[in-house]
Amino acid sequence: MDGLIQRITDAIHGQTQPTLTVLSSLLAVEDELGYIPKEAVAQVASFTNHTVNDVWAVASFYPNFRFEPPCRHSVEVCWGSTCHLVGAMPVINAVLEASGLSDEGDTPDGKLSVRLNTCLGACSQAPVISIDHHLMGRLSPEAARQRVTDLLTS
Amino acid sequence: MASSFQEIVVEAQTRWHDLTVGDRPWIRIGSALCGKAAGCDSVQAALESALEAHGVQANISQVGCIGLCFAEPLVDVQLPGGPRIFYGNVTPETAGRIIVNHVAGGVPDAELALGYLPGVLQGTLTQGTVTEEGVPQEVDNQPEGIPNLDQHPMRALETRIVLRNAGNIDPFDIYQYVANGGYRALLKALTEMTAEETLNRVADSGLRGRGGAAFSTGTKWKFLAGSGAPVKYILCNCEEGDPGAFNDKAILESDPHTLLEGLILAGYATGASNGYIFIRHGHDGPVDRCRAAVEQARELGLWGKDILGSGFNFEVEIALTGDSYVAGEESGLMEAIEGKRAMPRFRPPFPAQSGLFGKPTNINNVKTLAYVPEIVSRGAEWFSSIGHDQSTGTAILCLTGALNYTGMVEVPLGTNLKDVIYQIAGGVPDGKQLKLVQTGGPLGGVLGADSIDVVLDFEILRSAGAIMGSGGFIVADEDTCVVDLTRALIAFCQYESCGKCFPCRMGMSHLLEVLERICQLQGQPEDLDLMRRVGENMQAGSLCGHGQLGFNPVASALRHFGPEFETHILDRKCTTGRCLEPRFSPRLSRRSPGASLLV
Repeated sequence: MDGLIQRITDAIHGQTQPTLTVLSSLLAVEDELGYIPKEAVAQVASFTNHTVNDVWAVASFYPNFRFEPPCRHSVEVCWGSTCHLVGAMPVINAVLEASGLSDEGDTPDGKLSVRLNTCLGACSQAPVISIDHHLMGRLSPEAARQRVTDLLTS
Repeated sequence: MASSFQEIVVEAQTRWHDLTVGDRPWIRIGSALCGKAAGCDSVQAALESALEAHGVQANISQVGCIGLCFAEPLVDVQLPGGPRIFYGNVTPETAGRIIVNHVAGGVPDAELALGYLPGVLQGTLTQGTVTEEGVPQEVDNQPEGIPNLDQHPMRALETRIVLRNAGNIDPFDIYQYVANGGYRALLKALTEMTAEETLNRVADSGLRGRGGAAFSTGTKWKFLAGSGAPVKYILCNCEEGDPGAFNDKAILESDPHTLLEGLILAGYATGASNGYIFIRHGHDGPVDRCRAAVEQARELGLWGKDILGSGFNFEVEIALTGDSYVAGEESGLMEAIEGKRAMPRFRPPFPAQSGLFGKPTNINNVKTLAYVPEIVSRGAEWFSSIGHDQSTGTAILCLTGALNYTGMVEVPLGTNLKDVIYQIAGGVPDGKQLKLVQTGGPLGGVLGADSIDVVLDFEILRSAGAIMGSGGFIVADEDTCVVDLTRALIAFCQYESCGKCFPCRMGMSHLLEVLERICQLQGQPEDLDLMRRVGENMQAGSLCGHGQLGFNPVASALRHFGPEFETHILDRKCTTGRCLEPRFSPRLSRRSPGASLLV
């Protein structure tokens, strides 16, 4: 537990840019831990001279923040307009089927989190998914299914 | 101090000379988001292991996006003093062949090559001497059996201003930018021009904001320049949440110094003290390259105190935001930099009076600022001679969806959209028919296939019911269901509504509910009027464009494809079948945070 507190402290105090805010501190914690533990909310509040309420308000607004420890792997499927037009839905369907989920979320064994992303930024390669932050484009549902199955059996 | 800039130029030209006509081949790999998604990393690994296996030395650089995204992974090989040979859709297997035949064997592989560009030489370079303009000289040394890449449909109609270096230089290396004429505009402005002259040059060029509103940049800058406050901010907006638009990110990934130089020039012209570059957290390519650029420019004294001995001080910082589309709205953006929820503010006061941290502020899009160095260098008349009527300069378009050539092009404003679709992007693949073009992001509109004979001009596009927005053009073929597409656009807008204004927050949810119903073939005849009423309320009662323009996608879909909605509602039929497929939307929204938040 002390290790966690220390990592939070280091992340918050390790920020090098001049403008330090609630949001920048939360992003620093997210980068370090992959999630925002309750302990971080209190620390960010005291570091930025805000209330815990203020910090929760910001943390709950931006959907990139998660509040449980990250899964071992993450899959993000792009859900933006271009990807939608060229077949994102069958890809999402395949990813969910392969991971045994009915909706975005984490697998019960903590191995994989699946999230829909509004735009991964590689629209010219649609449909796009990102596995552990590595982009993959022009993906068929079958290929997506295979990738997820490989992740879960690795 | 200008002499120290000359030293930088000499260093840059020497390095560039070594790269292009030195003793090693130079291999450039497209590695923007498009290249990454196409697998450039495994191609690079294959190139490196093939080089090692054949005992050949070469310089390898990860460059940005040259625009030919359809051909990614794109590799270009330049033997010392030779032309650049481009290989498209490279696989780890063909990577090995390129090394054997071209890099080791010395003969370009005409069978694999997509095209060539003339080699860039600096014939007049002698150690310690700076050429007049620092502009490299071209030598056309055409390889046999390989076409000129500039004759490729995607490049034939281009005029490259902002994208002049994209794909050519290593974005992590400031010297490559300087070797290609970089930071000359800043030097010129600081040493030969007053702030007012710099501002007037941008105003006279007719440059208009490229983020969507198309407001005169010079006028906007004058609002800020008129304030005598000691602390004033210039913000560069690279939030770019529009699905289908990636040109801002591509500029940061391909040539971040063009933007940075434009930002510093904007600071000089308006007398601002600080600049922020605002990017979404998680877009690692643009963030990392921009950070490196800002740091390198600081080390060379191109921002900070007393820039190039001119007495002008300007600080630059990168600010990151969490995922939020509305953070790209100018007042939401300021809230996010201040570390709060990205929710738009009431106006007045306008940002030029009271913006970021209550100080006078200007917000400019990446593309807008990226034009500034060339305008300062080449003059207002040069820029305003390009374009169409009141829309001067070029448009940077992202062409995606059902097209033979997807990618990013920079064409003069005034180019016909039909030519963009059929000539530049090669039309719709597999012999299918074009159905519509979706422009201007999710808040923009659609144009039916029979209304794309329209020139790219801010006013003309707007009156056609579409907007230029930030330049994303998404093309859909005959297999697309307009109702399904409209539902997807509204689902995005609903998810991204920040929730501050209830007409937007509830209106988007209401529109989505009705569109879901129509997609499930359970729509009611009165649904179309119901949506119109909701849309009117959203327009009247929302603080920012998200709610004000939120009905646009529905309105323009109804205008061009009304009968298709009626088929869904009255005949209970989706002719393409797309509405019947399973569909998913993000479960988490800003109004239903994770359960852990509630404990």
